[in-house]
Amino acid sequence: MTRRQAVDTRELRARYPDVFDRPASARLATPAMIVPAFAILIYGLVDLDFSPSRFFAGLSQLGWITLMMIPPDPGSSLPIYLKALGETLSIALLGTTLAAVFALPVSLLAARNVVPSKLLRFPVRRVLDSIRGVDTLIWALVWINVVGLGPFAGVLAIAVSDFGAFGKLFSEAIEGADQKQVEGIRASGGSPLHEIRFGLLPQVLPVIAGQVLYFIESNTRSATIIGIVGAGGIGLQLAEQIRVLEWQKVSFLILMILVAVAAIDFISGKLRFAIIGRRAVA
Amino acid sequence: MTTAVSILPEQQLAVLNAAYRQAVGRRRLRLLLGIAVFAAALVLAGIGAEVNLRTLFTYFGNFVSYFDRILTLDNGQRVWTDVGEWLWGWRKWLKMLGETLLISYVGTLIGATLAFCLNFFAAENTSPAPWLRFVVRRLLEFARTVPGIVFALIFVIAFGLGPMAGVLAIAIHSTGALGKLFSEIVENADMKPVEGIRSTGASWLSCMRFAVVPQVTAGYASYALLRFEINVREASVMGFVGAGGIGQELVVAIRKFYYSDVSAILLTIIVTVFIIDISTGWLRGRLFGKEART
Repeated sequence: MTRRQAVDTRELRARYPDVFDRPASARLATPAMIVPAFAILIYGLVDLDFSPSRFFAGLSQLGWITLMMIPPDPGSSLPIYLKALGETLSIALLGTTLAAVFALPVSLLAARNVVPSKLLRFPVRRVLDSIRGVDTLIWALVWINVVGLGPFAGVLAIAVSDFGAFGKLFSEAIEGADQKQVEGIRASGGSPLHEIRFGLLPQVLPVIAGQVLYFIESNTRSATIIGIVGAGGIGLQLAEQIRVLEWQKVSFLILMILVAVAAIDFISGKLRFAIIGRRAVA
Repeated sequence: MTTAVSILPEQQLAVLNAAYRQAVGRRRLRLLLGIAVFAAALVLAGIGAEVNLRTLFTYFGNFVSYFDRILTLDNGQRVWTDVGEWLWGWRKWLKMLGETLLISYVGTLIGATLAFCLNFFAAENTSPAPWLRFVVRRLLEFARTVPGIVFALIFVIAFGLGPMAGVLAIAIHSTGALGKLFSEIVENADMKPVEGIRSTGASWLSCMRFAVVPQVTAGYASYALLRFEINVREASVMGFVGAGGIGQELVVAIRKFYYSDVSAILLTIIVTVFIIDISTGWLRGRLFGKEART
């Protein structure tokens, strides 16, 4: 074994000045970002009424609730819950499909390579942005005012809020499409409609199908919660059981949601790979 | 210049054509089958969700007139004719918006910190033990799958009404979502620095601190900012279940049919979300360059 050589720090310092003597600006950058971030955190905790006593009281309360949740037990309302779960899945599927159908033509208007005029594109994009800025739950409340309580309001809420998201995603997919095929169609004398049908759509449809499947998956989650404001589905049952403190039923419902979401995840993952191959989906 | 188009002999062409038609026909059949299954699922879903097209057509006018009503002041004028009257409660609303932003900020920060602590256990390449990885992953999955607002409903009962429940709900949900993303970044990290540091006899903790963390901080910060953006939206509805923020005002306005207030609050929410989106997008671009934008 060789003996470790004594390290001459001074020589190392001289040789690597960048490592040992970083300029003050580089050394201060991290604290300069962390200190304000931490200050806002403290201010927030105070402003939002955080107090250790309240926190620990709530934690023990939460412990009790968890204990009371075991074992999960639907009581006698299992058929109702299964029906509600079916309703939730239906809401997700219908809402996403509706949104995709309406978003496809609009997304063409928002894509740079289809509509070169900025004047036309700009308002379309801003409208899509505003729709996306409003949460699904808010849309659900609005639709309840229009078509009444029930799952139909949920379908429309998901359709509207996804319309905004799809419009943006589809138009990005269209902008990412290869322009050469469109030019080829134009060169052979195709009309603008032909260009879209034969040049663009074959390229973007697989991407779009992948995104739609992904949204059906994530909308299963959204559809579970819009029931909380009264738009049908399993969320309605969940909110009710939480309000009347039936914790065993609550835990059963949560388990049902977890299983359903996992199942949909699995199925749509398989379908996605079947449609677009092993390419990653955003 | 002339180009010669070579045309194959007749029978060779026929064979090729037949093969082509067969291949296309099979694909078309599969597509039709898929469409049929999808249509059947849609019809089933339509029955399950009590879709009633007649209701939609009868009430669709309501949807349009709803927007007409929320854009009308009490005195029958359009809202933009008297902005002062329309945004009469702006002081209160701005305060609530500030609370919403604080909720999402504190929630994101707590969630990101928890996710930071947990993600090394969840990543394939850094987890000290397989059972630990399994447990942490299931935990994160649970936190991610249960929607934030369900946590908020439960926390409102445990911690009492108020923004605290909202913050904790957002924190837990963000922990789940960020923990997964963070651990994916760690899995993509270069393992050679880790080996180098381990070969000097360092502990697991030092390996993480000096080999992994320097590689992944930029990705972490980028995802955390993205999450903050999402959480602002989520915090805006936390008030629906009594967990603080502007949602409280909105749900009251919608339920009590204070029409012009609804549009005013929606406007403030949309503007805030815009500003947050743009500024975090700018910040991410500034901090991590173009390619880190996801």
